[in-house]
Amino acid sequence: MKEEVRLMKGNEAIAHAAIRYGCDGYFGYPITPQSEVLETLEELMPWETTGMVVLQAESEVAAINMVYGGAATGKAVMTSSSSPGVSLKQEGISYIAAASLPALVLNVMRGGPGLGTIQPSQADYFQATKGGGHGDYHLIVLAPSTVQEMVDFVGLGFDLAFKYCNPVMILADGIVGQMMEKVVLPEQRPRRTDEQIREQCPWAANGRKDGRKRNVITSLELESARMEVINHKLQAKYREIEKNETRWEEIDVDGADYLIVAFGSIARICDKARELAAEKGIKVGIIRPITLWPFPTEAVEKAAQGKKGVLCVELNAGQMIEDVRLAVHDRLPVEHFGRLGGIIPSPEEVVEAIETKLIGK
Amino acid sequence: MKEEIIIAGFGGQGVLSMGKILAYSGLMDDKEVTWMPSYGPEQRGGTANVTVILSDEKISSPVLDKYDVVIALNQQSLDKFAPKVKPGGILIYDTNGIHNRPNRDDITIYPIDAMDATLEIGNSKAYNMVVMGALLEAMPYKLPMENVVKGLKKSLPERHHKLIPLNEQAIEKGRELLKK
Repeated sequence: MKEEVRLMKGNEAIAHAAIRYGCDGYFGYPITPQSEVLETLEELMPWETTGMVVLQAESEVAAINMVYGGAATGKAVMTSSSSPGVSLKQEGISYIAAASLPALVLNVMRGGPGLGTIQPSQADYFQATKGGGHGDYHLIVLAPSTVQEMVDFVGLGFDLAFKYCNPVMILADGIVGQMMEKVVLPEQRPRRTDEQIREQCPWAANGRKDGRKRNVITSLELESARMEVINHKLQAKYREIEKNETRWEEIDVDGADYLIVAFGSIARICDKARELAAEKGIKVGIIRPITLWPFPTEAVEKAAQGKKGVLCVELNAGQMIEDVRLAVHDRLPVEHFGRLGGIIPSPEEVVEAIETKLIGK
Repeated sequence: MKEEIIIAGFGGQGVLSMGKILAYSGLMDDKEVTWMPSYGPEQRGGTANVTVILSDEKISSPVLDKYDVVIALNQQSLDKFAPKVKPGGILIYDTNGIHNRPNRDDITIYPIDAMDATLEIGNSKAYNMVVMGALLEAMPYKLPMENVVKGLKKSLPERHHKLIPLNEQAIEKGRELLKK
């Protein structure tokens, strides 16, 4: 399959991208607003073309443990769900992180807490970036704002997961999952052969050969001294990821009086707000963290320099704002604006928030 | 060129698929496009709406509060979205079942009788394409018909391609409604 321009939903794009990037297995369980991922995969039947496995598990817990098993053999595997379902997967995610395995998890966030609503939200920021499961671990968290990024981040996600032997989460929201946009699908990347997997993943539990030492994949280590070493290794890896993989986008930051920090599709609503504000003579710049972990701390600090105030716009009651405040060291006012429970703010509401929360002060 | 459009009506009127055909037609005309549905339980019997943006430039927000063109296919949608047409913008609404007419003098209003026109064609499923015809005629951006046909081909499954001439006929009918 060659590169191809199509119109599709973010969720559908994830399914197409998984196949095109040579994913070996998808294990999922339906939940709105991301059920199209599994549905599209079932419709495309990749098991008949690339040989990719697609399986509807009996539950979210089963799905993430299938991912754990697949990842342990060096296969490129993934799962997807939405907020309540991702909560169910947290134990498995912690195990995968502890065992240093590559895997891709998609969360198309809906309003919570609890079963909440099926409408868009960004209230899982803390869960995605500060743990979610137990123990000292981090996921690499990518926040797509366009359907194209849904596609691209599947490829980037698998690349990063294998580069660092670490689970990667694509943290999307119901907007980018449900909307249709123009996308360029990449050329078909062949699935890796068993030989290629052996070469790329010498740690994998995929059958011992030729006197190779037995590979054991576990997150259990009862000897505290050894468990501490494992923790230090994980932490060293996280520092390396922070150094190499921090990503963000800036729009009109230089020369702006006010700075908006926003991620995912909300950054695009803020971009429209930036245009509307400019018509009123208010100069606003935007910084959009693309990796939520590692958070672009230095970039936010630099972008905030010389500004009169920072507005953190997120579909939650104030989560990313904590990282923004840490970045700017309280040198300037940092305010929060968000709608809760699945309500999407209009660009006009964002402009009003700039006026009342930053300028009016 | 940038057209910010919302199509709103009852679930089942073909609102979402009309939006999809419009978006695909824009794509075939080399435009940037977004299609953002309201999704969820409100689609069952209640109102459904979809925001479609067609633009020469990269599109920022897929979610809007003001529109260049509003298409309202029932009273609830008309009440909700008529105030959200930008000054100088366009409002198209189906007169069927409308008891409270919009009263704005800063926009162009096209009341159409799309339901009757559809009955004349003899296939009620063509309703949304009659409405689409009115939209294509009313919009300042003139989407070439050949790209609309390409859009239809792209958005309809192959097994329904035999219905494309009927859809074209419905679009033509919709255009005529506006010329009257």
